Amino acid sequence: MRSNAVILANRAIKIKVFNAKKFALWLFLISVCMLFAGLTSAYLVKKSDGNWLQFDMPQIFLYSTIVLIISILSMHWTYRSAKNNTLLSLKWGLLFTGLLAIIFSYLQFEGWGQLVETNVFLVGNPSGSFVYVFSGLHLVHLLGGLGFLVVVFVDTLKFQVHSKNLLTIEMCTTYWHFLGGLWIYLYLFLVINN
Amino acid sequence: MSITDIEITQKLAHEDDHHEEHHDQPFIFKYIFSTDHKTIAKQFLITGIFWAILGGGLSVIFRLQLGFPDMDMGFLQPILGNWISNTGKLDPEFYLAMITMHGTIMVFFVLTAGLSGTFSNFLIPLQIGARDMASGFLNLLSYWFFFLSSVVMFISMFLSTGPASGGWTIYPPLSALPQAMSGSGTGMTLWLVSMVFFIASTLLGGINYITTVINLRTEGMSFRRLPLTIWAFFITAVLGLLSFPVLVACVLLLVFDRSFGTSFYLSEIFIGGEALPNLGGSPILFQHLFWFLGHPEVYIVILPALGITSEVISTNSRKPIFGYTAMIGSILAIAFLSFIVWAHHMFITGMNPFLGSIFMFLTLIIAIPSAVKAFNYITTLWKGNLIFTPAMLFSIGLVSFFISGGLTGLFLGNAAVDISLHDTYFVVAHFHLVMGSAAFFGLLAGVYHWFPKMFGRMMDEKLGYIHFWLTFVGVYLVFFPLHYIGIAGFPRRYYSFTNFDAFQSFTDLNAFVTVAAAITFGAQFIFLFNFFYNIFKGKKAPLNPWNSNTLEWTTPRIPEHGNWPGDIPKVYRWPYDYSKPGAKDDFIPQTVPYSETPESNTDFDNEMMKNEGITK
Ligand code: HEM
Ligand SMILES: [Cu+2]
Repeated sequence: MRSNAVILANRAIKIKVFNAKKFALWLFLISVCMLFAGLTSAYLVKKSDGNWLQFDMPQIFLYSTIVLIISILSMHWTYRSAKNNTLLSLKWGLLFTGLLAIIFSYLQFEGWGQLVETNVFLVGNPSGSFVYVFSGLHLVHLLGGLGFLVVVFVDTLKFQVHSKNLLTIEMCTTYWHFLGGLWIYLYLFLVINN
Repeated sequence: MSITDIEITQKLAHEDDHHEEHHDQPFIFKYIFSTDHKTIAKQFLITGIFWAILGGGLSVIFRLQLGFPDMDMGFLQPILGNWISNTGKLDPEFYLAMITMHGTIMVFFVLTAGLSGTFSNFLIPLQIGARDMASGFLNLLSYWFFFLSSVVMFISMFLSTGPASGGWTIYPPLSALPQAMSGSGTGMTLWLVSMVFFIASTLLGGINYITTVINLRTEGMSFRRLPLTIWAFFITAVLGLLSFPVLVACVLLLVFDRSFGTSFYLSEIFIGGEALPNLGGSPILFQHLFWFLGHPEVYIVILPALGITSEVISTNSRKPIFGYTAMIGSILAIAFLSFIVWAHHMFITGMNPFLGSIFMFLTLIIAIPSAVKAFNYITTLWKGNLIFTPAMLFSIGLVSFFISGGLTGLFLGNAAVDISLHDTYFVVAHFHLVMGSAAFFGLLAGVYHWFPKMFGRMMDEKLGYIHFWLTFVGVYLVFFPLHYIGIAGFPRRYYSFTNFDAFQSFTDLNAFVTVAAAITFGAQFIFLFNFFYNIFKGKKAPLNPWNSNTLEWTTPRIPEHGNWPGDIPKVYRWPYDYSKPGAKDDFIPQTVPYSETPESNTDFDNEMMKNEGITK
């Protein structure tokens, strides 16, 4: 069969590939950034074009933003737990983060409800439609993040997440922080422009 | 802790077992759902060839309509069915559908997926010395998304209402309103669905290419030793990663306008005297978003072809590429500039003339790095020991098209000139030379050059020469006259010109172009025969048929999954040591250490030699 040297060499390659996964995640994040950069520039271009409806962002988006910030902190804490091998708090951390994400999604839906109450509809002046598109598209990405959390949770149940095997949770944490940052950007963008 | 440690070791051990099983995989995993980058490359190539035949066939049909408007097309009824009327006339809406499909197919399916997909996949691991892509699975997914996208687009061509018909640039409101034309109904929906899969495929592929180039280079393969092919594929992937998401944004808003009734791109539209409810949108917004992708996209198409040309021209001139660093610099400059010139497609949208002149300035700057590339090709050829393989001829053809098509870009880049030339056949001539034909020649050059590595056999050279001359002359005969037609004011995308007195004197020229197009298209069947026949029956290829320096020629005649049976070779020098003074042969492969070539080393090489044992 194969010589030991080849197997060792292959293992070295695999370890490199692991780093490559993280790298690929970053590339994915860059492309998501470009997606939202495109959308928010479209917003500005359209706004400067005139025929633009001004309205106040519903208060509830502030609450959802706060919830999301807490979930970022909780994700950070979860990651620390994995690093310190405190597996129990790792599990609870994941569950708690997931719960906050669900609350966040619920609040976003409520936010849309409030927009409707103030007569800002998805169908209508683009200034309102943009809010729905931004928050909706962010939610889609958040759902992906939630799926990722579930994967990590299942891995924890199988004792596969610990200080010597941090890759998945590291990637999950990166993605989670990114989602948080993305929403904060979108929220501030919308508040400043309204 | 100890338990988990054991688990890790077991997991690794298991993965190694897995590795050993590769050799006797069932057919379906070896050839269809393969994760081997070489197989995936061939899948992209074959699918691309299929689309190229279809896209080319469409163009011949609509050229017939333009060149011989009175012709009886009844003979096409068996293929096109009701799109040919009983009097043998082509349906005008279907004419629009055909030019739309032709553009979409050629730009995206042939020259993006077929070109980047094939050669990035095939050459990146082979030329940087890697066993495969960073993620074989993502790579597999990338192909199958492309396949799905192809299937959807293909199906859309058989709808009774026809496929999308608003041009490959799908400008709203035409594309946004199903009432506007029959192709804007289901056909447009399928176009959008297909495009979503296509973008997913491109992004997955691109992420993989970038990751692989950055992480998996073999020992010694520094960025300064990368072949220019890899540089080109790498930057192309970066361009795609940055620009395709913007197309997603653009298309997403269009989907909302079409399906949910929003008004991002729509405002104050009357159809049949009825006002639509949409208010407050702007179709110009679409153009901004579209061309922010669209312009980088044209460089996504041409850069890989230029990369292939660099490699082929240098090898077959038996000379180092002239200005390696300048070549890299110009790729980077083009990539950067391509993001800030998009509005030159929009000079007549009523943009602020001041803004127009800024974009004009930036557009003309892009001619500089483009010219640097052209000059470097010519100076590489200059006094070289030219070997005219078919691949070399096609590369030289590319350089010729790139120059003659680039020159007309300078005209169009001037906002004042563009006002009269926009949307005429002059633009059609410009981009078919500089992008269409040039990139197509790059693709062909790549196939002729790397066929021996792909299939272990040689293509027939004589047929290659006939194919080249017919195609080269044919392309000029087709597109050169279009400049005159464009300057005369023919708008592009019109079904017929017989009603305009001013255009009567161009009837002959139009007929001539059509005949040339049909002959050029016919010549491609020589290539198809040459390609498919020699996959099975060709002469067995030697290991290094072109005496080339790059790593792919150090693999066995038909490499297995994993590419090299033993260790991955180490790299000691750049890939362009052709005809080095003092050297025994006129080429020194990248795997030859400086310590073995004292007769040809420069002082600098001798310095490098000292680190050979240690460097990485
Ligand atoms: C010397 C550099 C170049 C300049 C200054 C230039 C300039 C322009 C301008 C101003 C237009 C818009 C014309 C109009 O619609 O009125 C145009 C169209 C176009 N150019 Fe270029 N170009 C250059 C090189 C290239 C290259 C290298 C490619 C592709 C590889 C390319 C592909 C295209 C395409 C595809 C279109 C037409 C798109 C459409 O409307 O369907 N150009 N070019
Ligand atoms: Cu352009």
